Amino acid sequence: MRYAYYPGCSLERSAASYHTSAMKVADRLGLVFQEVDDWNCCGATEYFAINLLPAYALVARNLALVPGDLAQMAVPCSACYVNLKKTDKYMGKYPQLAQRVGQSLAAGQLGYRPGGVQVRHLLDIIVNDVGCDAITKGVVKPLTGLRVAPYYGCLIVRPENGFDNPEYPTSMDRLLRALGAKVVDYPLKAQCCGGHMTQISEKVAYELIRRLLHNAAEYDADVIACVCPMCQLNLDAYQGNVNRHFGTDYRIPILYFTQLMALALGLSAADAGLGSEIVSAQPALAKIAVEVPQEEDKKARKRADKRALPMPTMPDEEA
Amino acid sequence: MMASGNGQPSSPGTFFEEVIAKTPGGEALRLCLQCGTCGGSCPSGEDMDYTPRHIFAMLAANMKDKVLRSNTPWYCVSCYYCTERCPQEIPITDIMYTLKRMAIAQGLYEDADAPDWSQTFIGMVEQFGRSYELGLATRYHLTHRPLGKIRLGTFALDMLRRDRLALTPSSIRNTSQLRAILDKAKELEGAQ
Repeated sequence: MRYAYYPGCSLERSAASYHTSAMKVADRLGLVFQEVDDWNCCGATEYFAINLLPAYALVARNLALVPGDLAQMAVPCSACYVNLKKTDKYMGKYPQLAQRVGQSLAAGQLGYRPGGVQVRHLLDIIVNDVGCDAITKGVVKPLTGLRVAPYYGCLIVRPENGFDNPEYPTSMDRLLRALGAKVVDYPLKAQCCGGHMTQISEKVAYELIRRLLHNAAEYDADVIACVCPMCQLNLDAYQGNVNRHFGTDYRIPILYFTQLMALALGLSAADAGLGSEIVSAQPALAKIAVEVPQEEDKKARKRADKRALPMPTMPDEEA
Repeated sequence: MMASGNGQPSSPGTFFEEVIAKTPGGEALRLCLQCGTCGGSCPSGEDMDYTPRHIFAMLAANMKDKVLRSNTPWYCVSCYYCTERCPQEIPITDIMYTLKRMAIAQGLYEDADAPDWSQTFIGMVEQFGRSYELGLATRYHLTHRPLGKIRLGTFALDMLRRDRLALTPSSIRNTSQLRAILDKAKELEGAQ
C-alpha cells in the first residue's frame, strides 16, 4: 500500500521520535510512505486567526504537491490532519472558496481539485488498512502487563472525521489490545490538551493538562499513548510545570502509539525513538523489560561539580 | 429582513451579517437556539469573558465592540467539541477564528498575547515555509513576556538536552512559489 506522507513541522525535530518510530513501523507493516516533496507548514491553529484565504491557500499548496499517482495522504499530526482534511472538504463544499484558492495556487503554477487527495490520519491507516489481526500476527514482544491510557485529544476525531466516534473513539484501544497491552479506559481520552494555550494563558493550559494527567493516574495508567505532537509536548514537556503549579507529583511518560507498536513488533528501543521524552519512560517500560537509551549520561558526567561554581538557583529548583 | 439568532430581524451591513459573510458556512449562525451546548462543552469556557452561547446572543444584538474586545475567541482552543455537538450545525470554531481576524484587523483586543503569538508564528511560516519553534519562542517571549523567560529557559533546556529544538530554521526550497501563492491570496482577500 502506497501513500503520500506529510510529516508536518513538529516531526522534523520536537517530535522526531514519532517520525522515526512511524517510519520503522510502516516499513515492518509493508506500508510505503512517499514524503510530499517540499511540503510547507499547515499553519497550525494560527493562520486562520490572521487571514482566511491565505490560510487555506497555504494548506492547499501541500495537497497540490501530491503526485497524481498517489490517491491518499498519510498524516501523523492531528493538527495538520484537520487542516488538510478541512481544506479539501471546504473547497468541495464552498465553490467560491475553491475558486479563490485555485486562483492563489495558480500564481505559483499549481492547482488542486477538491477530492483529489484523500487525507487520512496515520492511526486510521494502521488500524483500518493494515488491521489489528495482521498486527497481532507481527507481535513478537507483547506489551503484557503494561497499563496504557490511549489519549486521542481533539483533532483526530473532531470535527466529524469519519473513521471513529468523535466523543468516544476506540481505534487506538483496539490497536493497543492487539499489541498485548492492558488498555485503560478513562473518561477524558478525547478531551483537549490545551493546544497553544501554554503560550497564551498558563493558568488555562495547566488546568487542562492537569485534568488529563489526573484522570489517567486515577485509572493507574503506566503510560499515556498519544497520536499528536502537540498533545505529546503539552503532557510531557509541561508536566513538570503542572506539578510545580499544583503541588502534584505526576510522573506519567507520554509516548506515541507508534513507539509502543515498534517495541511490540520487536524493533529496538532506538528504532522506537525512545530516550527523548522529558518524563522518563524507563520505570514504566521496565515492566516489559525495555531499556531506554540514556544519551544524557555521558553529558552529565562531563559537567563540573556544582560546588565548584556557585550559581544562583531558583527556589523551586533547589535539590 | 433576515432572521438573526434570536429570531429578530437583521439588517444588511451589520456586525452580525459581517461575521456570517466572513465565515464559510456562517449562514448557520442564524439558526442558533441559545441552548448553551457549546458553552457546556467548552474546556476553557469558565475562563472566558462570555461563553460561546453568550457571544452568539451578543452577535445577534450587534454588540461589536464588546464581542471583539472579549477574550472569548482567543481562549478558544480549537477542540471542536462545540462544533461537533451543536444541534444546529453552526461551525462555531470557524466563527471564533473569524472573530479573531476581525479583532486583529480592527485592533480591538485587550490582551495582546494571543494575537502576537499567532502573528509571530505566521511571520516565521511566511518567511521559511515551515514553523521554527526556537526562533518563534525566543522572539515571542523576549518581546512580549520577558518576565516569563526563566521558566521558558528550563523548558527550552529540557528540550535542547533531548535534541528536540532545532537551532537553525528549516526552510522549504521553493519559498518564492509559496510567497506568490500567499500574496495572491492576500490580494484576493483584500479585494473582497
